[in-house]
Amino acid sequence: MPTVFIPGSMRELSAGQAEIQVQGSTVREIISELDESHPGIKDWLVEDNRLKPNISVAVDGVVSPVGLLQDVEQDSEVHFVAAISGGCLGGMLAAV
Amino acid sequence: MSTQNYEPNMVLSTTEFDVIGTRPVRHDGADKVTGRALYGADIELSGLIHGAILRSPHAHARIKSVDTSEAEAHPAVRAVVTSADLADAGDQMVDLGEGAMPLKFLRGNVLASGKALYRGHAIAAVAATSLHDAQEALKLIKVEYEVLPATLTAPDAMRDGAPILHEDLKTTELGKPTDKVSNVSNHFQHVKGDIEAGFAEADLVIEREFNTATVHQGYIEPHNTTVLWNNDGRVQIWCSSQGSFTIRDTTAAILEMPVSQVKVTPMEIGGGFGGKIPVYLEPVAAVLSKKSGHPVKIVMSRADEFEATGPTPGSRIKVKMGVRNDGKMVAAQAWMAYEAGAYPGAMVVPGSMCVFAAYDIENILIDGFDVVVNKPSTAAYRAPGATNAAFTTETIVDEMAEKLGIDPLELRLKNAATKGTRRADGPKYPRIGCVEVLEAMKNHPHYNAPLEGPNRGRGVAIGFWFNVGLPSSCSMSVNADGTVMLIEGSPDIGGTRTSLAMQAAEVLGIAVGDVRPTVADTDSVGFTAVTGGSRVTFATGIAVIKAARDVRDQMSQRVARIWGVKEEDVEFEKGVFTSNNGTKNSITFKELAKQLSSSGGPIVGRAAINPPGVGGSFSGNIADVEVDPETGKVTILRFTAFQDAGKAVHPSYVEGQMQGGSVQGIGWALNEEYFMNPEGKMMNSSLLDYRMPTSLDLPMIDTVIIEVPNPGHPYGVRGVGEANIIPPPAALANAVYHAVGVRMDRLPMNPVAVMEAIWEKEDVPA
Repeated sequence: MPTVFIPGSMRELSAGQAEIQVQGSTVREIISELDESHPGIKDWLVEDNRLKPNISVAVDGVVSPVGLLQDVEQDSEVHFVAAISGGCLGGMLAAV
Repeated sequence: MSTQNYEPNMVLSTTEFDVIGTRPVRHDGADKVTGRALYGADIELSGLIHGAILRSPHAHARIKSVDTSEAEAHPAVRAVVTSADLADAGDQMVDLGEGAMPLKFLRGNVLASGKALYRGHAIAAVAATSLHDAQEALKLIKVEYEVLPATLTAPDAMRDGAPILHEDLKTTELGKPTDKVSNVSNHFQHVKGDIEAGFAEADLVIEREFNTATVHQGYIEPHNTTVLWNNDGRVQIWCSSQGSFTIRDTTAAILEMPVSQVKVTPMEIGGGFGGKIPVYLEPVAAVLSKKSGHPVKIVMSRADEFEATGPTPGSRIKVKMGVRNDGKMVAAQAWMAYEAGAYPGAMVVPGSMCVFAAYDIENILIDGFDVVVNKPSTAAYRAPGATNAAFTTETIVDEMAEKLGIDPLELRLKNAATKGTRRADGPKYPRIGCVEVLEAMKNHPHYNAPLEGPNRGRGVAIGFWFNVGLPSSCSMSVNADGTVMLIEGSPDIGGTRTSLAMQAAEVLGIAVGDVRPTVADTDSVGFTAVTGGSRVTFATGIAVIKAARDVRDQMSQRVARIWGVKEEDVEFEKGVFTSNNGTKNSITFKELAKQLSSSGGPIVGRAAINPPGVGGSFSGNIADVEVDPETGKVTILRFTAFQDAGKAVHPSYVEGQMQGGSVQGIGWALNEEYFMNPEGKMMNSSLLDYRMPTSLDLPMIDTVIIEVPNPGHPYGVRGVGEANIIPPPAALANAVYHAVGVRMDRLPMNPVAVMEAIWEKEDVPA
């Protein structure tokens, strides 16, 4: 199963767990699955059916340009990280 | 200067191509060297009038009233605007494709509403038939201020009882909203491993506190815009910026109109470095145009540039690092407070992701604080946030090496991040070139050359920047003479017209001079994100490659049709189509181009992408200095810059980026700062007093391009515009230490700072 790494700021929602293995073949499926066991995670990450604007997802170290639609392998590592923009102010507002 | 007896400007090339890696003359070169290139301020339109902006003389003040009646009565004045002409933003958020932010911040920075938050904050604007009349009319505007105490640094703004900039700004604490009103908009953490256990394992722990000053990008061409609010309701903008679509989308958001109602035509740009991404003038000029019925031009003065555009943040950073006697780094901790300026958005997030990015350290704890202060709202500046961060880490690593008796490059190599190293913010690195950069530094003649004489020292440092991808679009049409028109949307700051044309030429097997690139307006090309994040040659390059392949494939289909063969029987190599079905058919790209019209019509390739596979870039410096112990002046004797470019598409442009970034880093290190009085007035807001280095201050910046191909790009491109600014301050600080024995913990390291450090070491009263 893919392993999701939970950022420090979200660990209150994951009962302190830093890593959770969860079923899913896309980032969207993984977040839905996580939200079943740890309610609130989806609201933390998702807005208007996409990742919040200041959040990126990195799968196996590669930041995905398609966010929730990104495919995930069974042995993938999934990280939610701050979006590094090309320099627009809004992209620098928040860390995950 | 000792730049003899070795080979400068090395390219440690890994792969050869036909066009990629060569050094053709740039397509826009003739216009630029003959003065014919059109920059934003060159625009002239029928009925054009001129705008000027009234700016706050106070760093922090409540605006009690603004009376524009006398200005409006001036015979040459055609329009006056204040924030009252912009609708209340409420709590709306604006997503500009690279992140969301409150609309009230965007609007508030364009025209102050309620409070002036920094000296230079725009209060009102006038458009008149001449610039002088507009400037005269500004004096007729009466503003009543209630002056408030200002807070100018992150530590001061964070203290209890500090003046509060935004009464509705509440701190987000470790991801959770709080009810605490403060100047800290955000406190976040990155946690890796067990920091306490890490320090317990260390044999040597070094902890220092650093301060860095606010600095400006220092582009030579000031911000400018010309805007026509047409009778049909469309807004047309001509300006120089790093992103036409960003200007379009931001202006549309502030004016609350559909983006399709705004058209931005990019003019040539005289430097940006991150500073020409935010919008300052366009919405103001647009409303002036709407009110007056004329096109309105506004051009900033140099003082406006310093006082009213976005510099890069000053910062206070505390770093603590632990290492074993065998040289293995085992723990690293940072407390980083960056000044955002008047509105949230300091570059502390990327800074925190870069502070220990060069090293494989098991236990890391990073606290970041985004702090608003009464200075202009900050903007990006090459590798935003990373230079402040690397100054601290690389200084401590040098001290570690000295105390452990290990060569400073060997210590870095022993701990260097490689593919698979987990970053502090979580993900593992893909293929990176940290080790290759360090090895190139270690093997370079500069590192091994003797440095003799008193008060001379050599310093080294490295840095990392992520680079970005983001969307790009382009189209490509084939002319009957075999030349190709490339239409793309990335404003060309560093020679990207040519670096993109080269990638098209490589695919199509034609000469780069046969590809004619045009940076199009926002009506004429698909969405393309900013020229920033070192992304254009990488991301727009991938779009160009994809469009060129589209052209090639359509040409192959056409050849098959002409020859009456199957498409799969047509091969293409180095600009020649051949058949592989036993016949000896052969036709060149140019020959085929002549037949397009009669064989089915024109061919247009296109691509619109948002690519993954960004390749981060490492850079390094070796710097030799001599310090005058009587004055504190630091003279650079020799300076060599190293950078992993992935594949250098046009090595001359890569070298230019490395030299430019190095010089900006040197200015940041030794001279540049916003020198503020206690009331928040910048006392050096001219290029005479804001001391940027000139060619007379510097030796030749020698360059070594390291090519560790990025697997995420067809030719291995990483992006080279930013990482080069990161290591100079630390390399120079380390060189100063090895020259005169003082550890510098603040930027700039100007003569005053160096002398104070020397006096402190010698226990001499300053």
